Amino acid sequence: MISIMEVAETNAMIEKENLDVRTITMGISLLDCVCDDTDRLCSRVYDRICQCAEHLVETGEEIAKEFGIPIVNKRISITPAALIAAGAASSEDDLVKLALTLDRAASTVGVNFIGGYSALVSKMMTKADEMLIRSLPRALAETERLCASVNAASTKSGINMDAVRLLGGIIKETAAATADNDSIGCTRLVVFCNAPDDNPFMAGAFHGVTEGDCVLNIGVSGPGVVKTAISSLHGADFETLCETVKKTAFKVTRVGQLVAHEASRRLHVPFGIVDLSLAPTPAVGDSVADILCEMGLEHAGAPGTTAALALLNDQVKKGGIMASSSVGGLSGAFIPVSEDQGMINAVKDGALSIEKLEAMTCVCSVGLDMICIPGDTPEETVSGIIADEMAIGMVNGKTTAVRIIPVCGKDVGEEAYFGGLLGHAPIMRVSSFSCADFVNRKGRIPAPVHSFRN
Amino acid sequence: MDKAVITVVGKDTVGIIAAICTYLAAHNVNILDISQTIVQGYFNMMMIVDISGLTIPFGDMISDLDTTGQELGVQIRCQKEEIFDQMHRI
Repeated sequence: MISIMEVAETNAMIEKENLDVRTITMGISLLDCVCDDTDRLCSRVYDRICQCAEHLVETGEEIAKEFGIPIVNKRISITPAALIAAGAASSEDDLVKLALTLDRAASTVGVNFIGGYSALVSKMMTKADEMLIRSLPRALAETERLCASVNAASTKSGINMDAVRLLGGIIKETAAATADNDSIGCTRLVVFCNAPDDNPFMAGAFHGVTEGDCVLNIGVSGPGVVKTAISSLHGADFETLCETVKKTAFKVTRVGQLVAHEASRRLHVPFGIVDLSLAPTPAVGDSVADILCEMGLEHAGAPGTTAALALLNDQVKKGGIMASSSVGGLSGAFIPVSEDQGMINAVKDGALSIEKLEAMTCVCSVGLDMICIPGDTPEETVSGIIADEMAIGMVNGKTTAVRIIPVCGKDVGEEAYFGGLLGHAPIMRVSSFSCADFVNRKGRIPAPVHSFRN
Repeated sequence: MDKAVITVVGKDTVGIIAAICTYLAAHNVNILDISQTIVQGYFNMMMIVDISGLTIPFGDMISDLDTTGQELGVQIRCQKEEIFDQMHRI
């Protein structure tokens, strides 16, 4: 039988160390809503989402109450919108109409985000893909809950530089369209390389075409739990450090697996995956940067940061994989700036630059995330930053992403405020050297060789 | 058997266990195990109970015990046992 110490340990994780299930995300296929008329498409999409997700929020709340574990977000991901809109949309206006429908459906069922206003263009863009990308500034400015993503590169097909160039401008336009709120529209737009089909985390979640009709994916969290577990290990050897991170990740993931099974049973929807991510929040103690400091770094960004992050990412996966029957999504440690107080402090103290963050993305689970840059950064430079990140993902066969916010009217030394889980961030310095002639070339960067890996 | 774990954390006072046991008996909940200890200076009590015969919705029992705790000045949590089993047993 369970002992009182074990019960106390679990409850301390929940109450003092911010252990929670970060999200239950219901993936809904909208492929059978496809038709040749935008109004009919929108009506079918709205009905399908409301029908599938009718009980999602209340079921999440019930489970949270009965097990005493917070389930912070209930969300929805859908089939990439460019695919379902291709037969009906003849203009950007049609896509904006679909975006507004998705936002309305999300509001009706009570989820805080709906992801999948997406285009998969790693090789080339269809007419609908390009229309969707061009509609992003309006779609994001006119909605509150809609999340968008573009897969612009992959290890198998290379980097679509036409899309990367276009997105540099689109990100700037999105920033301008939401200038009154520190360009918050850009916080709901991610550019991916090797985007996974089953990611439950926003803003990059979409329901891939390889998935079934409806599925539940769970994202766990728990940076505070890992930090507390290793806080008594100052001076211990790497073996002890790794073992502790692994054991903690196992415990955290088991909670996710339990919630996943329970939600699947109650909603009669198949369980997809558990995403083993250490996802920080701006709350004190819920920080990935603090874990790195606990390992022995003075600040995130100090020499040794990439090695510490690599260790953390790998041990989280090793511990978590055994705890879940099916692991997927992004799985690893997220290193957003605005959503992690330790990262924010590191930037403010001059310990962390975009260049160091780029190096860290080689070993973390995703990429350059929630980074604020000056509003007057040229669009070619934004494209250049995206291209660099895509190249890292493409060559290393991993998922990488860019969620960057050129904050209108603000410059280095100032801060952008988004509120809630999105947090706040200092504006970071960007290299002023131009890459315009490089990113303005047309076409794509071909896929790398998969041999001679060195 | 459907089991739940009730935990009480706070300052020890007269009548905590009595209040909980009276409530449980009234709603047909059988107590399987009780233990208590002091963790970091706080009184910790844990009960493992069988809720298969519970006469009200489990959610209501959680809310009622929470209210009882507030009246007594302690924190009473009631959670399904699986969360602890899953985390601490392979």
